[in-house]
Amino acid sequence: MTVDTDLGTEGMTGEIVRDDIIRARAPWSAVVAAGEVLRLIDLRGNQAIDCLLYSAADPVERYSAPDTFVGQGNVYLVAGTVLRTTEGRPLMTILDSTCARHDTLGGACSKESNTLRYGHHTHHQHACVENFVQEHLRHDLGKRDITSNINWFMNVPVEQDGTLGIVDGISAPGLWVDVRAEMDTLVIISNCPQVNNPCNGFDPTPVRAVIRRPS
Amino acid sequence: MSSTTPTDTATTHAARDHARAMSGTTVDTMPTMPPSAVPDPPVGVDPADVLWEETVAGGGYTQLAVARGSRIRLVDLAGDACAGVLVHRFGRTAERLNVADTVKVQWQAYPGEGSLLLSDMGRVLMSVRSAPVGVIDAICGTSNLRRNEERHGDGAADGPSPNGRDLFAVALGKRGMGRRDVAPNVNLFKRVRVAPDGSLQLTHLDAAGAEVLLVAEMDVVITIVDVPHPLDQRVPYSAGPLRVTAWRGEPTPGNDPIRTATPEAERAFLNTDAEVAMNDLLGGVR
Repeated sequence: MTVDTDLGTEGMTGEIVRDDIIRARAPWSAVVAAGEVLRLIDLRGNQAIDCLLYSAADPVERYSAPDTFVGQGNVYLVAGTVLRTTEGRPLMTILDSTCARHDTLGGACSKESNTLRYGHHTHHQHACVENFVQEHLRHDLGKRDITSNINWFMNVPVEQDGTLGIVDGISAPGLWVDVRAEMDTLVIISNCPQVNNPCNGFDPTPVRAVIRRPS
Repeated sequence: MSSTTPTDTATTHAARDHARAMSGTTVDTMPTMPPSAVPDPPVGVDPADVLWEETVAGGGYTQLAVARGSRIRLVDLAGDACAGVLVHRFGRTAERLNVADTVKVQWQAYPGEGSLLLSDMGRVLMSVRSAPVGVIDAICGTSNLRRNEERHGDGAADGPSPNGRDLFAVALGKRGMGRRDVAPNVNLFKRVRVAPDGSLQLTHLDAAGAEVLLVAEMDVVITIVDVPHPLDQRVPYSAGPLRVTAWRGEPTPGNDPIRTATPEAERAFLNTDAEVAMNDLLGGVR
């Protein structure tokens, strides 16, 4: 694809360690070393990026949405949020984001859950869990290791009566999030292929992932 | 203990007598054996159908493997239990409770009576047959070692203030599973609400005698820890006794309203029925 190479790159200083375009619907993974910063750029706007995190040294310790909620007493991921492991330790920190908030309540789409949410006609559509399993197998992980995930750029409000759902996004082309690794972190991403709800504006698009080492 | 004074356990025969003399001891928190000896079975339940009867102490755990159709009742005896519940499919334990799918598929962050506990494979592991309003938390998970060390000075499973995650790991480990199988759990008997700004509020319900009735919709392993809620700010470790009773029951029939309450539930049961039918034909290979 043609990318405006400046889109969403403001304030990106330091040595670039890795710079990838993740094509629409595709998986991706990388180890972000402690101290390095991962920037995810929503190139076309309202593209959910499903994301699992593991301690690279011991993947049994991994990102936990509940521990992150409890750690900050809040369900929304915003600038300043510490992403915690299953043992309550800081894994990564959201340094800053031009998208107001991100989700970690809504889980990842799967062929199986799509049949419940939309009907059995969706059973053969590509889904995030397919990407996760594919990428897990590259790292000696598997289905048991799929646990709570982050949905960057996805909007999941919770109403007073508990009604929750994926609604129209609050992201836009060029919005980004910077996440710093507090320990060596294996990041596994599914650039969400969902076309049955507004998490990708019904049109999955590429995103950009840049790892840099601040000077 | 080292001692040079004679004891009543100095010889094998004496030690055997000493151990056997404990028979018949009762405490408040223990299983009833046989379970059918339960003096107060649930209303309408034949004691002969009772599969398990136990009172779990605060800081403890229990785990049951039950067949599809079985009922499990949890009672907050003193009004301060917090039952962390994990559910795995019996035998094929890579399939397990997925709290994100549970809240997302049912469009509801606060499960309650009539809710389904969904697996990560689009099937119904258990249904919530009765529950007081607002006693199920699907958001906050359980405590960990670090959190309990910070709050109580100790969090080890062998210590005075065990953390939920390690108790789950021990229970699952005894079934051949491990820490990777400790997925996010639900909590019963504490209320958690999300404010418009996303902040979380915990309420101690203090409702002694509150009951939640679950039905197994597949053959499942249910693991229950009774530990303070992770948002519980009280410094003295506080978790009240939890009664757990299981009894035989029939699988949820095709015309049960819980199946047709929503289109999502209808499809979840269709997926479950298809899997159960195939599994049954495998003849016990689970």
